[in-house]
Amino acid sequence: MTTMSVPASRLGRAWARTVDVFTSPKSGPVLVTAVLFLLMFTAGGVRYRGFFSAATILNLLVSYSYLIVLAVGMSFVIISGGIDLSVGAVLALSTIIAAKLLQLGWNPILVMVLILVATSTLGLLVGLMIHVFEVQPFIATLAAMFLARGLCYIIAKESISITDPVFAWMAKTRIVLGYRMSVTPSVIIALVVLAIAVWVLQYTRFGRTTYAIGGGEQSGMLMGLPTSRTKVLVYVVSGFCSGLAGILYSFYTLSGYALTGVGTELDAIAAVVIGGTLLTGGYGFVLGSALGVLVLGLIQTIITFEGTLSSWWTKIFIGALLLVFIILQKVLTSRRT
Amino acid sequence: MPDLTPAPDAGASPAPVVDMTGISISFPGVKALDGVDFRMFPGEVHSLMGENGAGKSTLIKALTGVYSVDSGVIRLAGKQVTFSGPAQAQAAGISTVYQEVNLLGNLTVAENVMLGREPRRLGGIDWRAMRRRSAEILQGLHLDIDPGSLLNSHSLAIQQLVAIARAIDVQAKVLILDEPTSSLDGEEVAELFRVIRSLKDRGVAILFVSHFLDQVYEISDRLTVLRNGQLVGEYLTHELLRIDLVQAMIGKELSALEDLGSRIHSAEKEATSAARPATFLAAKAISRKGAIAPVDLTIGAGEVVGLAGLLGSGRTELARLIGGVDHTDSGQLKVNGVPIRLRTPRQAIKHQIAYSSENRRAEGIVDELSVRDNIVLALQADRGWFRPIPRKRQDELAASYIEALNIKTPNADALVRNLSGGNQQKVLLARWLAIAPRLLILDEPTRGIDVGAKAEIQKLVYSLAENGMSVLFISAELEEVLRLANRIVVLRDRRKVADLPNDGLSVDDLLAVIAEGSVDPELESGVAS
Amino acid sequence: MKNAVGRAVAHRLFWPLVMLVVLLAINVVAVPGFLSITVNNEGHLFGSVIDILRNGAPTLMIAVGMTLVIATRGIDLSVGSLCAIAGAMACSIILGSPTPNAVGTVTVAVLVALALALVLGLWNGFLVSVLGIQPIIATLILMTAGRGIAMLITEGQILTVQSDPFKFLGSGFIVGIPVATIVAAVILALVALLTRRTALGLLIESVGINPEASRQAGVRARGLLFTVYALSAVLAAIAGLILTSNQTAADANNTGLFIELDAILAVVIGGTSLNGGRYSLTGTLVGALVIQTLVTTVYTVGIPPIATMVFKAAVVTAVCLLQSPTTAAALARWRTRSASRAASPRPGEAVVSR
Repeated sequence: MTTMSVPASRLGRAWARTVDVFTSPKSGPVLVTAVLFLLMFTAGGVRYRGFFSAATILNLLVSYSYLIVLAVGMSFVIISGGIDLSVGAVLALSTIIAAKLLQLGWNPILVMVLILVATSTLGLLVGLMIHVFEVQPFIATLAAMFLARGLCYIIAKESISITDPVFAWMAKTRIVLGYRMSVTPSVIIALVVLAIAVWVLQYTRFGRTTYAIGGGEQSGMLMGLPTSRTKVLVYVVSGFCSGLAGILYSFYTLSGYALTGVGTELDAIAAVVIGGTLLTGGYGFVLGSALGVLVLGLIQTIITFEGTLSSWWTKIFIGALLLVFIILQKVLTSRRT
Repeated sequence: MPDLTPAPDAGASPAPVVDMTGISISFPGVKALDGVDFRMFPGEVHSLMGENGAGKSTLIKALTGVYSVDSGVIRLAGKQVTFSGPAQAQAAGISTVYQEVNLLGNLTVAENVMLGREPRRLGGIDWRAMRRRSAEILQGLHLDIDPGSLLNSHSLAIQQLVAIARAIDVQAKVLILDEPTSSLDGEEVAELFRVIRSLKDRGVAILFVSHFLDQVYEISDRLTVLRNGQLVGEYLTHELLRIDLVQAMIGKELSALEDLGSRIHSAEKEATSAARPATFLAAKAISRKGAIAPVDLTIGAGEVVGLAGLLGSGRTELARLIGGVDHTDSGQLKVNGVPIRLRTPRQAIKHQIAYSSENRRAEGIVDELSVRDNIVLALQADRGWFRPIPRKRQDELAASYIEALNIKTPNADALVRNLSGGNQQKVLLARWLAIAPRLLILDEPTRGIDVGAKAEIQKLVYSLAENGMSVLFISAELEEVLRLANRIVVLRDRRKVADLPNDGLSVDDLLAVIAEGSVDPELESGVAS
Repeated sequence: MKNAVGRAVAHRLFWPLVMLVVLLAINVVAVPGFLSITVNNEGHLFGSVIDILRNGAPTLMIAVGMTLVIATRGIDLSVGSLCAIAGAMACSIILGSPTPNAVGTVTVAVLVALALALVLGLWNGFLVSVLGIQPIIATLILMTAGRGIAMLITEGQILTVQSDPFKFLGSGFIVGIPVATIVAAVILALVALLTRRTALGLLIESVGINPEASRQAGVRARGLLFTVYALSAVLAAIAGLILTSNQTAADANNTGLFIELDAILAVVIGGTSLNGGRYSLTGTLVGALVIQTLVTTVYTVGIPPIATMVFKAAVVTAVCLLQSPTTAAALARWRTRSASRAASPRPGEAVVSR
């Protein structure tokens, strides 16, 4: 009995700790996402030839580098308890601006800087509307979405292709990592953005204040944290990320088009939620959001591999996953309070 | 009337660290503080006492820079100060721990202690140093928890101590603890008191606000009592008898209602001398964790039972259990001898039990609806939405209650938000009377309303009981409870301490029971179990 | 006199109506015959005003349901997807039937589509009232998955239907008036009767204004939430059928795209606060008309029609900023200042600020 009890209790403690980590609203959902990703990846590998490889993951990164950047911006906003519906339209706007200005012969570097300044400024205005005028984030970003989409159409109705050598180089260059393994510069940019976001959220007062606003703005203010400034800045971050995602998207497609990215805001929100960020704010990891993007991409890839499944199942699967994660979050947070 | 002259200045004590003189603060329509003096000395625990509306929280907010004062002077360590916000007060060494823990449950314990002055390394937060430093501070409070754990994975008591840890870390000269013990159990309170004593030994002046008299007497050195925005006095705790303290807090209002009082009182005497009424509601050992210990209570048909006790004694908590607003953890309720379960107010209403909340604005009136809509709301909810009360009937109901309760409103279509407090209260009463309850629970129905409306509500309660309705009546004013109730149940520190027939009771008798919690056996004779 | 003007300005429909009148005036200036209505040889009414009433009908229907949802402190993002689902369902039934032109077939198709929408609306109500998920999040699920469901029904195709009875829904006329307009008017009237002749409206407003006081008064919020989300879904389905009929095709990707935003905008312009509580169906009607007139104005004035969204953005921003508590506080300060300035020539008198 006694010899049994020691390892049993140690095992019990380890089990209890595991249960604790998985049921914490902070780490639970993101771990579920990681498990889900591995399961999908393994199942796909068992089922399809040539699926279980690093190339599959790298291809996902190449295809979805823009979505990773969008999801990074969306993570900041959602962790602070807000939402940004404008990201898809702002992405489209920046592809259009890029294509139009390059068509007019502008310097590509100047174009990129201008796009990032413009989209960040739009984010600033949205943030001010939300903070100073107490407009609900949903409505304020809706206005920004209308504005950005409308501006797209005003600038160009038709798709404009991009022939600028710098953009073309970004589209064509492959950074070879090994046998049949390569990535585009966009992937590097997205990963750098991701790394910076991880650092900012974890190691700066701005990052921690973002969490504080999501957890309880009033408390954060009473604790002397710069909540006002931070609340405005998260929308600037989201605007910046949307602009950057637009640039990456135009590297990817080498064109600018007003109808680009309709509904992309839903993909970004879904990736963030599936990545374990609480939609009501306060909890979440930006790395989880990147994982969420990969899960979305994997769903798409599996459906492509399956062949018989039609593409619309993607939306249904994403909806179902959203549901599961939202209920999971609800259960985990209500258990704690 | 006992002698309530303030204690003489303790001659040997050093200069006060906080010295507020002649503080006045007005809000639209209310003078919240009227020329109040208040001081605190280093290394003492000072309790601020008073009932609802006494001005305690206003005084605290004046001291912490949340409110600016209309007149008066605040001196901190001898220097005159004007704070324009809590941050400035905190920087000057005044830290506050509020009743609701104002920390961030979604962040780690370490962050909650350190954020705002976190250690940095290479341009970012130095998490290791932050954990180490916060662990040291927590150990100073004998709190052995993982600083890397999430705050909301801990109990409220520990969160309270973390809040104190945060306050201490800003090198507080003055620490304000507003109702720190309201959610703690006995052991946790003992732990908190140990921490308070060690802070006191370090020379920190601690302002302690609590509704628990036992705790106030255990921990504090000095007391300041406020009533209706005015200073009643400052006393040394060991020199002030409990009964005198309670009397100072509650006061003896020279009532304009004496005539009514005596009339009702004599009528009640007749009623009580008659046979005991049939029991309408019987509660056996009902309780709710963190709200009230198991309580037995019976209410007869047509009986007015008063609930007396200080704020936080459990009087509202008990009333909410009977009204179905909160559900019980244990115990049993019977209506007319039949066991019932109340999980929602709706179920209570089905059993003809109506609870009128003390929190008129947040839980009572629906302020953007009209007087008529507010009056018919409960009746309509009971009927369901597809069986509307005909408009004509609504108008009749509204008109009859506006007249019967003398509600001062331009018409039944006026929005309730535009009415005065007393008239809002009457609208609320009308809502409950419209469903013709057998038991009406009135939680502080006369608080914050003018004397005329008060008298009208008292008269109404009396006539309702005369017509066979049972009433559970809660009021902070003992005169009012004595005037109306056939029987008075006294609560203290969330327990029932007495159940007294209102048979020649005086305010002083009640004060004694409230203060000491013990009952003169002579008074309790004749009370059925 | 001055008092009457003050009361009119203070009325919550004042600014939306001003907006509507200004938009109409711009049109009249740009196109002199704008307000004229002609009767063609089939006895149908024609004219820009009729166009506004017909094209604005789907938005109005959805906005009516949205008004009630918003009054309960909720929101329904899934209405656009529900439009697509209903259209897809009806079209696939009509296409699958050997008698696409029979009235019976179309009736069955419409009823099945509405029943499906009802089930999905109850699902939204379940998520919000039973599971307690925030409305914006709960309806986001169906917004995302809904277009997938619609495509599942259409099997990814754009379903073009040749069915006269179905076509009648979107482009037919009854006594010269477009069917869509009549349907919208009937819905508006029915919902107004339903909520104001029963106690539904009172209880919805009560829950939206003060949920806790309503709970203590015995109001069952759960049933109310189920009702409003179900109603919103069914109205969205009707709008979807009209849109689909108008295009004679079910397009899972584009039917009702962004219509949830127009509907929310109509509700907000109509003076119903996004924070819930008092609602005004008349306001929503005005709001829907403002939006549709705005779209028309953009056409008549000669601005590229695709710029409409920029104007919508401007309208949303203007309305939000006007309703903002910050603006109200600033205005109050400004009034107090001007009142005290007005009083200053007579020192010694008490200044009454209000």
